[in-house]
Amino acid sequence: MTHSLKSCRHWLTLASLGLLTLLTGCERPPMESVQHGYRGTGMVQVYNPRALEASVEANEVPPAIPAGDTSGPKASQIYKNVKVLGDLSAGQFNRVMASMSIWIAPQEGCLYCHNPANFADDSKYTKVVARRMLQMTQYINTEWKSHVADTGVTCYTCHRGNPVPSAIWFKSNPQPYGSNFMGDKAGQNHPATSVALASLPNDPFTPFLLEQKDIRVNGPTALPSDNRHSIKQAEWTYGLMTHMSSALGVNCTYCHNSRSFQSWEGNPPQRRTAWFGIRMARDLNKEYMEPLTSTFPDHRKGETGDVAKLNCATCHQGAYKPLNGAPMLKDFPELAGSSVGQAKLAQK
Amino acid sequence: MAQYQNLFTTVTAEGPLHSGVELGHGNSPRSFDPPIHYYWLGKIGNAQLGPIYLGGLGIASLICGLIAFTIIGMNMLASVNYDPIQFVRQLFWLALEPPPPQYGLQLPPLNQGGWWLITGLFLTASLFLWWARTYRRARELGMGTHIPWAFAAAIWLYLVLGLFRPILMGSWGEAVPYGIFPHLDWTAAFSLRYGNLFYNPFHALSIVFLYGSALLFAMHGATILAVTHYGGERELEQITDRGTASERAALFWRWTMGFNATMESIHRWAWWFAVLCPLTGGIGILLTGTVVDNWYLWSMKHGVVPPYPEVFPLVVDPSLTTGVKP
Repeated sequence: MTHSLKSCRHWLTLASLGLLTLLTGCERPPMESVQHGYRGTGMVQVYNPRALEASVEANEVPPAIPAGDTSGPKASQIYKNVKVLGDLSAGQFNRVMASMSIWIAPQEGCLYCHNPANFADDSKYTKVVARRMLQMTQYINTEWKSHVADTGVTCYTCHRGNPVPSAIWFKSNPQPYGSNFMGDKAGQNHPATSVALASLPNDPFTPFLLEQKDIRVNGPTALPSDNRHSIKQAEWTYGLMTHMSSALGVNCTYCHNSRSFQSWEGNPPQRRTAWFGIRMARDLNKEYMEPLTSTFPDHRKGETGDVAKLNCATCHQGAYKPLNGAPMLKDFPELAGSSVGQAKLAQK
Repeated sequence: MAQYQNLFTTVTAEGPLHSGVELGHGNSPRSFDPPIHYYWLGKIGNAQLGPIYLGGLGIASLICGLIAFTIIGMNMLASVNYDPIQFVRQLFWLALEPPPPQYGLQLPPLNQGGWWLITGLFLTASLFLWWARTYRRARELGMGTHIPWAFAAAIWLYLVLGLFRPILMGSWGEAVPYGIFPHLDWTAAFSLRYGNLFYNPFHALSIVFLYGSALLFAMHGATILAVTHYGGERELEQITDRGTASERAALFWRWTMGFNATMESIHRWAWWFAVLCPLTGGIGILLTGTVVDNWYLWSMKHGVVPPYPEVFPLVVDPSLTTGVKP
């Protein structure tokens, strides 16, 4: 009997050790939950206060260089080959350039984009890309206020001191059909970080943030009508939404009243902002990123030779608002939009 | 001297080895005969292991089941390029997926759901053969057929998910993948696609019977364990000759909630709760997409969803406003 009791204890110790090991995969309590909808409807945000605190530093904005002298000749008159920001004064222009090197290539400095022998030279691909990205930043700040509001974006919103933003995506490389006679994963069933380790389709970006496939799978009527969206399509939408949730560090209920993911009634206004965000990401990927495909060298491209593209995580990086909503743009009105673009906006 | 009281005593029940009743004409011999004793098995049940009655139906069912199991496993293994380490690491994520929806009910290529269809054929055959086996064994032992019919309730739910509903919807793609996480993600996606399954009344009924089964099981298990030192676990004697154990168990429930089941009726309660769980659940699934496309809207229409006060400023679907980018 003593023997069996001993071996029993031995097994119990092993089992509890195993359970403890499994528990280390979890975040420890307590969590903070914040109610933001009507009571009893589960409209609650759950935060890990320790994770939030740790993320504060990562979302701090670097100090802005003091504003440049607006007087004097324009940058386009002093420097050659200035296609964007040419109407700034040399002081303003150089401040933006210096800021860009801090934001994007703090290690490499100016020479990450510029040829040291001739700064006007376009031979480095990074300079061509940077110019286009400046235009994209201005475009976002003028044309996508529905998503970025007056907070706006700067280079730092995505780059955070990295020449290539840390959260980018490439098209997945699907297994070829036909040559394999079994084992098709159908673009899912892999512990992919893009969908928070679910077995959901792990490239929900190509159909929704590049192509314009239907995100909405619900029908408009209680009884069957002509809504032919399948459960598999719902899985793709679910994949995109999972990405959005983890990219923003929020629950589904941040945007949706989860009793009906389709209905807009009783939904937080954040859902509207997110709706524009999806359209913004799609627009930028098509208009700005894809046309740069031939500009980028091969080592910057994905498995299928496609250019790096952006999704919600590129700017948000785990925060409900990028940089926790710090209004960085107000120190850099030069990036708020070209004078031409702003004049156009004023006319509207 | 140690004496046997109930499962939690340190003594395991160990009777003389017993092969079971004599079988009539047309039955196969039993396998693994003579049986063996396992001390540890006695801790959780009968210490005697075996013999097993395999028979033609059992062997046919096992072969069909093994074929289905192997096809699923080989597809999973192929999906990680036959890497055994990745097979183990990713096992919970791997699956054999049904055909893409564009194939409808046609026969798809092997690697695009063909294997899934073949697996379904063999798995269904295996289940039917096993069902027939439980029916035959119950009859041969002179028992009622409650067990096969309870099993049939589970098979009903399986057939609704993988056969009846996909056929009614005109697409094999509506069916469930064979995989651990993938079938759970499918379940969530099913609810998302059809407007929240929580508003499906048959889903609600099914949950009632599921949780109800757990509650009944806990109540019954606790009651019997609580009177084992009066011989309460010897149910047969208690049914025909109500003794102290049965009387006290009944009194407990009559005193605490005014009503008590009997030694016989509690098992009918349990059987019906368990059986109604997949029966009602299967009805709910069969109606989804075929008769009702959006359970939330259906519930709104019939006043099932309570209205809640608005707490957010009115948000209009931006796709309905003009002048916004699509």
